[in-house]
Amino acid sequence: MSNAISILNGATFDGAVKITEAGLRGMITLRGDLSSVQLKSAVSAVVGLGIPTQRKINRGPKGGVAWMSPDELLLLVDYDNADAIVAEITTAMAGEHHMAVNVSDARAVFLIEGQGAREVLAKGAPVDLSTDAFRVGDLRRSRIGQLAAAFWMTEDDHFELVCFRSVGAFMFDWLSNAAREGSVPKYF
Amino acid sequence: MLMLKCPNCGVTAEETEFAPGGEAHLTRFASGSEDQAFSDYLFARKNPRGVHFERWRHAFGCGKWFHAARCTATLEVFGTYTGQTSTPPDDITAAVKAKRPEWEGFK
Ligand SMILES: [Zn+2]
Repeated sequence: MSNAISILNGATFDGAVKITEAGLRGMITLRGDLSSVQLKSAVSAVVGLGIPTQRKINRGPKGGVAWMSPDELLLLVDYDNADAIVAEITTAMAGEHHMAVNVSDARAVFLIEGQGAREVLAKGAPVDLSTDAFRVGDLRRSRIGQLAAAFWMTEDDHFELVCFRSVGAFMFDWLSNAAREGSVPKYF
Repeated sequence: MLMLKCPNCGVTAEETEFAPGGEAHLTRFASGSEDQAFSDYLFARKNPRGVHFERWRHAFGCGKWFHAARCTATLEVFGTYTGQTSTPPDDITAAVKAKRPEWEGFK
């Protein structure tokens, strides 16, 4: 078995805002009918959380569930257990049309933390990131510069962002540049 | 700046988050159909100056397709609606008619 590493192996940038590549994170794409009772109980069994409403994320001690589209969830789980959890979901969803895939190694996760984190994201995303419009538990799929990404707020001034692993290095450079000392306007 | 509301995820976003999919509600003429009908399906578009029905995909968002009714001259958006329909719904045509009384209707 090869030794798995994340795209930037936990690289950090300390600027006006701190950018961290989060290391190995377990992620499972689950597609299916989000109103289904079977899917709801499968999700609850593996992460102990309910199905989030539109553009929200539910988080708890066992992980998280993110609303990605009307028929798609992203489960945030323990990296080492991801394959076992996929197997558990597949068993729980037997007989119902669905798809569950371990995408942990196909994604990169970044943390954007500190006063000004909203401004850093707002430089690249056409999204209203003002304090009234974007709050803890909100999730948005959009773009950062030209890169597709999804991000959510875990607590005030703390964001998590997920993108394709193939553009992870560029995403880190982009976020680091946007977070340079003296470049954050403190607009929000 | 063109702003569209994606009916699939409820986001109102600017044009750069979407990918255009061309004229909506085309009838598909595939192999086996008359040459003229096939050719028109491939190449002939209304390309109007005014009310236009279009397909859009929320490419950087939820990834889903939907429809939009807008004015190609002013960029005014009359409404967006589900991708799972072959004609514009009544509330959309009513919204267009309210803004463009001279509009001759869909098709
Ligand atoms: Zn959408």
